[in-house]
Amino acid sequence: MEITKKVREGNVRAASRLIRNIEDRIPGAKDTIKNIFPYTGKARVIGFTGSPGAGKSTLIDSLVAELRKRDKTVGVLLVDPTSPFTGGAILGDRIRMQRHALDPGVFVRSLATRGALGGLSKAVGDAIHVLDAMGKDFVIVETVGTGQQEVEIINQAHTVVVVLIPGMGDEIQAIKAGILEIADIFVINKADRDGAGKLYRELMYMLNMADEFPGGWRPPIIRAENMFDADSFGKSLQELTDTINEHYQNLIDQNLLGDRILRKAMLELNEALHNAILDPVLTELVETGDMRRMADMLLKKETDPYTLADEVAGKFLRE
Amino acid sequence: MAKRKLRIMVAKPGLDGHDRGARVLARCFRDAGYETIYTGCHQTPEEIAAAAIQEDIDCLGLSCMSGAHRYLFPETVKQVLALGGEDIQIIGGGIIPKADYQMLYDAGLKGVFVPGIALDDIVKWIEENIVPNVSE
Repeated sequence: MEITKKVREGNVRAASRLIRNIEDRIPGAKDTIKNIFPYTGKARVIGFTGSPGAGKSTLIDSLVAELRKRDKTVGVLLVDPTSPFTGGAILGDRIRMQRHALDPGVFVRSLATRGALGGLSKAVGDAIHVLDAMGKDFVIVETVGTGQQEVEIINQAHTVVVVLIPGMGDEIQAIKAGILEIADIFVINKADRDGAGKLYRELMYMLNMADEFPGGWRPPIIRAENMFDADSFGKSLQELTDTINEHYQNLIDQNLLGDRILRKAMLELNEALHNAILDPVLTELVETGDMRRMADMLLKKETDPYTLADEVAGKFLRE
Repeated sequence: MAKRKLRIMVAKPGLDGHDRGARVLARCFRDAGYETIYTGCHQTPEEIAAAAIQEDIDCLGLSCMSGAHRYLFPETVKQVLALGGEDIQIIGGGIIPKADYQMLYDAGLKGVFVPGIALDDIVKWIEENIVPNVSE
């Protein structure tokens, strides 16, 4: 309970250690999440996704500055990939936002994917709860640099911002079915570069083809130019912040916010059930050597995976 | 239960843009299986300390090529402690004369690494001396 209290008081050290214990799946962390869960649900969650190098971290850095100007506190979760070979990771998104390091209203934490495939890490959902319970007005989540299928962020965020850059013309076709579908807001970053107009037109074509938009929200396209031109970049960021607020208002007005929150609740329940029911079974199968024995049976074609699964289910599931 | 993952941060305090060494080390720590946070150049000791606490790291590696380590390293230790980071082990490296080693150890650094040392030896030192912080 003491940790819960510290987290709610905004203690950075307690919160960061808690997030780490969630990442490392320490049983005590689960109990703490149980305690802080009633205090969550207040923060606005904004997701940023897009290809590597699109400028997600830089945009977030400026969005944080803009939100701080508007007297909002901000928590930021930055996800970078874990090496599949060594298990190590370089978490480098933080470099872009170190100017906020000394601002007590901003808490930045980097997470490694640790093998998760959806562009986030398994701990992100609970980490959002922690920042939420700390009293942050906004929680911003940056996914790993994404390609096509890393759409997990829609289960976590109220508003999803997809960041695109010119010069990837052919790839726009390729990603049409993937992350472009999940955008609530598009940002064309580095829009002073060649090809920005073409990218804008292609996005417009794509949006024009849609029959209807949920809640009547047609994803706006915001252009952000040269970050070293402070005036123009600052204006783009004001526009982005206003648009994020408008989107949230639209969710409320159209009664869609509940759907988004429900999506996260379903996912969390699903994972919790997975952890509570399946993990202990798998652990026992591995520890007793049954897993290996069953795999050997499959190799010798003595049986098939479905028969084995039914047998295991019969053994462990009652009722 | 999954094994505790070591979290380590590489930071460059002060006015010093020579970050090749820091990047090589970050890469080396990644390959050793650590979650490695790199904060970039031109950081103040206060900024580094704040980041260290927010990231909940076990080990902080400071790199300095400018000759200002006699001020920057002890000051960073002081700032980390001021924020309650007594379980963060701090090490340093760069262009550091032998005559300064003792003064840095006295200031609270646990290790000093200078040009010529093998990356494997640095990782070996970390394996032997740094354990992930596990308290709740």
